[in-house]
Amino acid sequence: MSSMQPRLLEVRKNVLKQNDIMARVLRERFRAQGTFVVSLVSSPGTGKTTLLENILCLLRGQFRVAALVGDLATENDAARLARSQAPVKQITTGTLCHLEAAMVQNALEGWDTGPLDFLFIENVGNLVCPSSYDLGENLRFVLLSVTEGEDKPLKYPTIFNSADVAVITKLDLAAATEFNIPIALANIQAVRPGMKVFQVSAKSGAGMAEFIHFLSEQRSALRSAVAI
Amino acid sequence: MHELSIAMSIVEMAQEEAQARDLRVTAVHMKLGPLSGVVKEALLSSYGIACDGTPLEGSRLLIEDVPLEVFCPTCNASRTAVSMQWLACPECGSATPSVIHGKELEVTALEVV
Ligand SMILES: [Zn+2]
Repeated sequence: MSSMQPRLLEVRKNVLKQNDIMARVLRERFRAQGTFVVSLVSSPGTGKTTLLENILCLLRGQFRVAALVGDLATENDAARLARSQAPVKQITTGTLCHLEAAMVQNALEGWDTGPLDFLFIENVGNLVCPSSYDLGENLRFVLLSVTEGEDKPLKYPTIFNSADVAVITKLDLAAATEFNIPIALANIQAVRPGMKVFQVSAKSGAGMAEFIHFLSEQRSALRSAVAI
Repeated sequence: MHELSIAMSIVEMAQEEAQARDLRVTAVHMKLGPLSGVVKEALLSSYGIACDGTPLEGSRLLIEDVPLEVFCPTCNASRTAVSMQWLACPECGSATPSVIHGKELEVTALEVV
């Protein structure tokens, strides 16, 4: 047997380098096209699709909007979103638990939406895997529904840390589920100090106007930053 | 569970580096932060599977845990955060969102023959 001693070769490489490079390309492309990109992550059953359907309907009067939806093979959120009459395209991830930048890139290929003001990317319902993958988005929203429990941020600190904004959904059910909003807010601030939080109900419309206003403001802020 | 696809990326990356130099990899050294989104145990168990049928079969994965380091604006210094669930300075208690280290998911070195 050879007794060759292994030697150490330094490499220093980010494992997700390919994804990061692709995300950077996408971000640059969106910037050049004037498209503001928002991604949504949550666990299954947070009302993400209902919220997105509402957002699309509310923005559509004033802006050109579209959505990409990451679905496991068993789901079909895209069909529901099509009711908003905005262009919607499904990305079937098969058994994969998250979207990657290359999948966004592929989905955009040959998808003729015309110029867009907003593109929404609904990630697969999962609070673990999507956190590592940059999709080239400008803002990442993490959703927490009042039916889930206030400790969700403490159980999944990484996804909250990777997101920019938290949205508490199904606010209309808060009383019925005895969801303690102050505790939920404190938990969010513990894992991500300073995080902006919205509280909405897609059903009653509570908090939606403020949320929509925030989106259009963020888009304007990016546009003027680009103009300078 | 996305650790298998991460493990496959690691194997692919290591093999590319080694092949370019006409070497064989016997071990991969990497840094892993608690905010990387990757679970160490799952990655370790996926690694063997990812190596199967590749030139890295039989190689080891050596993971260095990176502590979660934040910048404390009150102390004006970098500190190891209280925990992932509480991003705060352990000295003065100030909450801070500025993560300096802890998101690492990188290959640092290869043991080659
Ligand atoms: Zn301090």
